[in-house]
Amino acid sequence: MMKILVCISNVPDTTTKITFTDNNTQFNTNGVQFILNPWDEIALARAIELTDGGKGTVTVINVGEASTDATIRKALAIGATDAVRINAKPHDAWYVAYQVAEYVKANPFDLILTGKESIDYNGSKIAGMLGELLDLPSVSIIKKLDVDGSTATVEREIEGGKEVLTIPLPFVAGTAEGVAEPKIPNMRGIMSARTKPLTVVEAVDVKTFSEIISYETPAPRGQVKLVDAGDPAQLVELLHTQARVI
Amino acid sequence: MSVLIYAENAGGKFKKSTFEAISYAKAIAEQAGTNLVAISIGDVAPGDLTALGKYGAEKVLNVSNDKLKNFVNQAYASVIAEAAKVQGADIVVLSNSFSGRGLAPRIGVKLQAGVADGAVALPVIEGGKFTVKKTAFSGKAFATVELTSANKVVALTPNSYKVVESAAAGQVEDFAVETKESDFKAMIKDIVRSTDKVSLPDAEIVVSAGRGLKGPENWGMVEELAELLGAATACSKPVSDAGWRPHSEHVGQTGIAVSPNLYIAIGISGAIQHLAGVSSSKVIVVINKDAEAPFFKVADYGIVGDAFEVLPKLIAAVKEYKASV
Ligand SMILES: Cc1cc2nc3c(=O)[nH]c(=O)nc-3n(C[C@H](O)[C@H](O)[C@H](O)COP(=O)(O)OP(=O)(O)OC[C@H]3O[C@@H](n4cnc5c(N)ncnc54)[C@H](O)[C@@H]3O)c2cc1C
Ligand SMILES: Nc1ncnc2c1ncn2[C@@H]1O[C@H](COP(=O)(O)O)[C@@H](O)[C@H]1O
Repeated sequence: MMKILVCISNVPDTTTKITFTDNNTQFNTNGVQFILNPWDEIALARAIELTDGGKGTVTVINVGEASTDATIRKALAIGATDAVRINAKPHDAWYVAYQVAEYVKANPFDLILTGKESIDYNGSKIAGMLGELLDLPSVSIIKKLDVDGSTATVEREIEGGKEVLTIPLPFVAGTAEGVAEPKIPNMRGIMSARTKPLTVVEAVDVKTFSEIISYETPAPRGQVKLVDAGDPAQLVELLHTQARVI
Repeated sequence: MSVLIYAENAGGKFKKSTFEAISYAKAIAEQAGTNLVAISIGDVAPGDLTALGKYGAEKVLNVSNDKLKNFVNQAYASVIAEAAKVQGADIVVLSNSFSGRGLAPRIGVKLQAGVADGAVALPVIEGGKFTVKKTAFSGKAFATVELTSANKVVALTPNSYKVVESAAAGQVEDFAVETKESDFKAMIKDIVRSTDKVSLPDAEIVVSAGRGLKGPENWGMVEELAELLGAATACSKPVSDAGWRPHSEHVGQTGIAVSPNLYIAIGISGAIQHLAGVSSSKVIVVINKDAEAPFFKVADYGIVGDAFEVLPKLIAAVKEYKASV
């Protein structure tokens, strides 16, 4: 029986136009739809495939407040066995990783998956921090994951190529595209998600190491300069003499 | 006190993103009024190690240990954290490369340090505060983060800081480390590099195409243009989902975020998820047959036209330009 833990985060929908309030110190959640982080959907899908047919269980864990329960239920509807929510505002990556690590120390797993990054804070940090906190190997960005008994084969993304690794379980990995196709919950999944166990655990005290001071959005670009379709040579000229990028 | 920079190599050679990170680390060291120490792990030629002095490294710690020839996340993190302790470095800088993203969080935990990943500008060190700007919301925004811990780890986004030369001694020293067996559980079986191509996250120019190209058989033009410009090729999500191009080329909020000097988008509509991954490109060129395509709103230069007619002409024009310089 393989026990897999999938860390999930609750993030603004990919179509969200990002704005801020309180003098650019707070993310404006007004009217924002929250979703299961797309990379975590991949981790979850692979975890379900690996444990399919009674070969194991998939627990999802989230560090968040009650407002994330809808996203947790979505993960249960997709096929997770049970869920844990550590009841706290996810202050920063260190805070989140610490909470999850404390939980795992008391409740060991054979494999811990995260997404490659969260689409809100894009840290790619939780997998590595968990690995370090639990003294386990970690691979931050993987594109393939196979498990054979107590050993896994993973492919890691590198610049201009890939690296193939073998790692004994347990370890931590952050999943990118290629690991699995995200799964869409079916009716039965949605119905059963309501009754699957969601355990709420209180957070432990931990000091924090970082603080977001303010936000900004990228500076708007000027008006586009259009070049006639019949004369791309003019574009080349502009890129050379005006933009100076070639 | 000092600043430690991890000088990452790929197959024994330092990469441009490494020189960017060293230049960046040097500027931080100057701001903090301290010196810069570099650490290199693996097999790098002695001349290349000394050359790190050119970018401001006073000292270059060289770790050449058979077990550490190839990147092992856990073991490299141990070595870098150990070096930081021995050197009394309170700021560790590295590139936010694929490997860097595995290392930074582990080093952060070992040093009990706040980690600023994906930094895009020099930190501001003022009134006892250390703040740094990083990407957030997949390129849709930036966040300024204060690292409140005594030790700090900063991972620099490739292509966001210019390589600057500033002569320093570049004194190479062997740095002996004791490795721990438990750091080597992950074992490399194979490394596959497509050496002939510019890697996407590091590329200064990216030629990217979308569904407007109709099918994988039409990518010859895209590749030809990219090759002429020394560019990496990229694509939109539906293109990699359809298997026309590999996933590693998929750019956007749920793909790779890039920040090249020039991003050329051909037959891509400019959906919000795609724009997120390319908005920090310095110059954006859009080629699309639909004048109303949203991509034109964030483009610097544009051609409204059919890619199948425009691209051959553009390729010819680039050839002519290249022949003239
Ligand atoms: C959760 C989620 C995450 C997503 N993440 C990403 C992401 O990370 N990256 C991403 O790219 N997308 C992402 N998408 C998809 C995104 O919403 C768009 O569907 C996608 O970017 C569109 O790709 P496209 O522009 O290639 O295709 P289309 O939208 O079909 O656009 C094709 C364009 O080509 C033009 N065209 C057609 N023929 C020609 C021609 N002959 N010459 C010139 N131009 C021509 C058309 O005018 C059109 O503008 C995501 C979607 C979701 C739901
Ligand atoms: N609040 C959270 N609770 C549980 N897991 C999280 C949380 N935030 C992030 N993660 C996990 O960590 C991954 C990487 O997040 P990040 O380090 O923020 O980019 C995500 O894909 C999730 O799997």
